[in-house]
Amino acid sequence: MVTGLMGKKLGMTRIYTESGAAEPVTVLEAGPCTVVQRKTTECDGYEAVQLGFGTKLEKRCTKPLRGHFAKAGASPASVLREFRLDSGDEVNAGDTVKVDIFEIGDRVDVAGISKGKGFQGVQKRWGFGGGPASHGSNHHREPGSIGMSADPSKVHKGKKLPGRMGNKRITAQNLEIISVDPEKNLILIRGSIPGANGGVVVVRKRVKGTK
Amino acid sequence: MNPIVKEVSQAHTKPADRIPKFRVGDTVRVHFRIVEGEKERIQVFEGLVIGRKGGETPHAKFTVRRVAFGVGVERVFPLHSPRVEKVEVMREGSVRRSKLYYLRGRSGKAARVKIKGRSTTPTAQ
Repeated sequence: MVTGLMGKKLGMTRIYTESGAAEPVTVLEAGPCTVVQRKTTECDGYEAVQLGFGTKLEKRCTKPLRGHFAKAGASPASVLREFRLDSGDEVNAGDTVKVDIFEIGDRVDVAGISKGKGFQGVQKRWGFGGGPASHGSNHHREPGSIGMSADPSKVHKGKKLPGRMGNKRITAQNLEIISVDPEKNLILIRGSIPGANGGVVVVRKRVKGTK
Repeated sequence: MNPIVKEVSQAHTKPADRIPKFRVGDTVRVHFRIVEGEKERIQVFEGLVIGRKGGETPHAKFTVRRVAFGVGVERVFPLHSPRVEKVEVMREGSVRRSKLYYLRGRSGKAARVKIKGRSTTPTAQ
């Protein structure tokens, strides 16, 4: 069984449960994804499927890519991602994966590209405390000492410093599925997920925890 | 807002005919379902609506203020919560601002709101 698929983040809203609790939810349009390639132990050394999501004009595809889609009998997709399978799973190229692989209450991991924040200082980027605001400290949002004169007399690699923040792949783990609508290809997930509205995310069964 | 998100929101909010009808300045009785251990009962909170927030969104909420034992008490209710059973309008008020926060600093006769349709004699809230 395929354990995940791709989707588009549509936005967030709030729903009320029957008991009256308000839940913040993210609305995802997930799938339908087509199996573009089936990878097997004999051929590739591991079991997986390559799924395609979204649409792409055929004339925008390179010839090799056109052939890749034609082999599976699938229409060109804008995003391709691989999902590992257990051996012996009956999935073939050309099959469709829909949101009904998930049920209400399932826990999933959602990976996406976070919103870019541009070049940011250490307070926003790493949560540094900063210096005193007043009493003439002249030390407000700076990182402070980063490498001392005699020892170690260098800046250690990986030192947290200002730089580009966001716009990288982030995985939000162990999120609960609040509702699934296979007809409209919608999933509601409790809480927020990485990225801007309209961004493509990967939803898969959670890797941590048991159920 | 994305049209699909809007559709999802509407499916989980009260339909238009079940949204309580009241305005800022009205004196209302809010029937609120509360759960006490196993039992469930309706609690009534009566007071003056001093503000509404959130417009047409599912986050919409309103603030009700009353003075109980000489202490001002304000409660914020989510408009679309299924726990808000109903909102009875006891008295319609006539006010010219959307938030009546100025009432917080007043007490007694000064903390009154004009009744709608009557311009001369205001009554205590």
